[in-house]
Amino acid sequence: MKTGLRYILQIVNYSIFMLIIWYFSVAPAYNHLAPCQAVIVLAFGHAGQPISECRKRTPEELAALPPNMRNPMVCPRERSPIEVELLLDDQPLFVETFSPQGVSGDWGVDVYQKFKVPIGQHNLKMRLKDSVRAKDFNYVHEVDMELIAAQLLVIDFQADKGGFNVK
Amino acid sequence: MKNFFHKPIKYTYLYIDAWFNFAFGTKNNPLYHLGSLAFFMLWIVLISGLYIFIIFDTSITGAFQSVEYMTNEQWYLGGVMRSLHRYASDATLVVVLLHIIREFSLDRYRGFRWFSWFTGTPNLWLIVLLGISGYWLVWDQLAQYVAIGSSQLLDALPIFSGAMSRNFLVGNLSDRFFTLMAFVHLLGLPVMLVFGLWIHVKRLTKVEVFVPKTLAIGSFLALLILSLVKPAISHAQADLTIIPTLLNLDWYYLNVYPLLDYFTAGETWILTIGISTLLMLMPWLPIKRTPPAVVVDLNNCNGCSQCFDDCPFDAISMQARTDGARWKMEPVVDPNLCAACGICVGSCPYSNPSRRSEVKLATGIDLPEQPIHQIRTATKTALTELSSSKVKILIFGCSHGVNLTEINAPDVAIITLPCTGMLPPAFIDYTLQRGADGVLISGCRSQDCYYRFGNHWLEQRIKGDRTPILAKRVNREKFDFVGYAETDEAQLLQNIATIRQRITEGQG
Repeated sequence: MKTGLRYILQIVNYSIFMLIIWYFSVAPAYNHLAPCQAVIVLAFGHAGQPISECRKRTPEELAALPPNMRNPMVCPRERSPIEVELLLDDQPLFVETFSPQGVSGDWGVDVYQKFKVPIGQHNLKMRLKDSVRAKDFNYVHEVDMELIAAQLLVIDFQADKGGFNVK
Repeated sequence: MKNFFHKPIKYTYLYIDAWFNFAFGTKNNPLYHLGSLAFFMLWIVLISGLYIFIIFDTSITGAFQSVEYMTNEQWYLGGVMRSLHRYASDATLVVVLLHIIREFSLDRYRGFRWFSWFTGTPNLWLIVLLGISGYWLVWDQLAQYVAIGSSQLLDALPIFSGAMSRNFLVGNLSDRFFTLMAFVHLLGLPVMLVFGLWIHVKRLTKVEVFVPKTLAIGSFLALLILSLVKPAISHAQADLTIIPTLLNLDWYYLNVYPLLDYFTAGETWILTIGISTLLMLMPWLPIKRTPPAVVVDLNNCNGCSQCFDDCPFDAISMQARTDGARWKMEPVVDPNLCAACGICVGSCPYSNPSRRSEVKLATGIDLPEQPIHQIRTATKTALTELSSSKVKILIFGCSHGVNLTEINAPDVAIITLPCTGMLPPAFIDYTLQRGADGVLISGCRSQDCYYRFGNHWLEQRIKGDRTPILAKRVNREKFDFVGYAETDEAQLLQNIATIRQRITEGQG
């Protein structure tokens, strides 16, 4: 009788254990994104323009250098910070200035930003300034779009291909 | 303060433990085999994983299809293997968490045990990382969610140049990334885990790697039935043009990702690393003092190596004799590893209380804080105090079972040891010969010795299966060896009453 009861209790214990294993392996379901939302991702890698123009070295400067290093042009290593603005329906969605990376500030920046936005018709303005010498944003783009639920809209930026690209 | 929080947790655990002892018996109580159960689950994960690897296609386009094929077309084998792989992985983590809870509840993580606890935390990380990388390989929408979340976390570390998350935008992902992940999941992390587990048990001897057969069969059958009733299935195929919305997360492994919806990646790192660091530092919160290590006395040691065989914590090694005695070997104690349990004292053939009865009892290896001579003196004193009593019962109890100080009976004397394994069996004979009517040895619950093997070794010594053995002439009716936890005081009192009645009837 006692052995039989023990076997039953073992089955009960194993069943409870497996129930716990199974349940939390799939539940409770997690709603990562509300049904009325889409996502905009701003993702690019870009190096700002040098902080100042290249210039010619003077004859005195050249003479002071070892012969194998007498490059007539000298260019600053440091890059300009990159200013980015995203306006969704003329409201700021993202406004940020990225400082150049690296010890000498001569690296580019890598950007990955994600925004959950409501679905529907929107106007998106994108602006980027990558030179301290430019007075205003030197890359500007604008799109009208309709976002559907769970849509992923990617904003890319490639200076050599004209700037912003929305896909 | 610590006791205020700790005691309810400990008592809750002990009641659950008692329930499992009733259902499974002490030898097959899963709570006593959580470490080896985790190993067993990892074996299932390994074998099922090898089969999955045969069918699995490590490419973006092929990964999902190959998993779908084994789940649907070959459900009877590939599907079952996949489900076993999933559920055994989940069970591994649950068993490991129970292992942590158990060691915490029973205060088996501080003092000399700090090393096992401290080195266990990185293994927990490795197991979780194995699970995460496994989910990644399925390349369904859950995998997509995990991949992007993981990339966000990695991007927040100042290790990688470039935004890794950009790999998971349309057109950016290549098969090479999948090959890397397959390498990490199939070889990199498993090798690191095996190494980590080896370190984790480095300070233990006779590590139980294989779970008892009954428990192995029961666990495997349970997992198999679960795999057939609720087979593991995938989400829809990954689609980098959309964001996965409703996800059936595996909360055992993927619980960190929802945090990214509430905290930044940096904050999530601080939270997880903070919790892990706190977990690792638990052995010092607060510090638990370990008594001074045992000391070897070569004048009373014949190098039999029984102490070396019996030490549960690898604190004793044997080396060539250094004192010129005729014996070949001598034990050497590493004080950093010694738990001061006294099990080696109980195993030493020189710890016989009948030796040199008129002078100080010296043995080959002894505890500085509670030497064997002191225990013999305490035994003599206790018997003297009981001499006027009609019934004389002497209890040798360990300090990790029932709280013996609360037992107050005029015909009972109590001698507390760090562990019942410290009691040389000859003490039973000695005590009975010196006038005790009954001897009760009260250790930790059977199979659950605080010092791993103390009650097990003593049981073997009493049975004659392990030296030093209990002399055959000793009347087995006159002593009992029981195992109780703090919550079992009523049962111990019942035992004492039974012994008292037996003695009284015998005297009548």
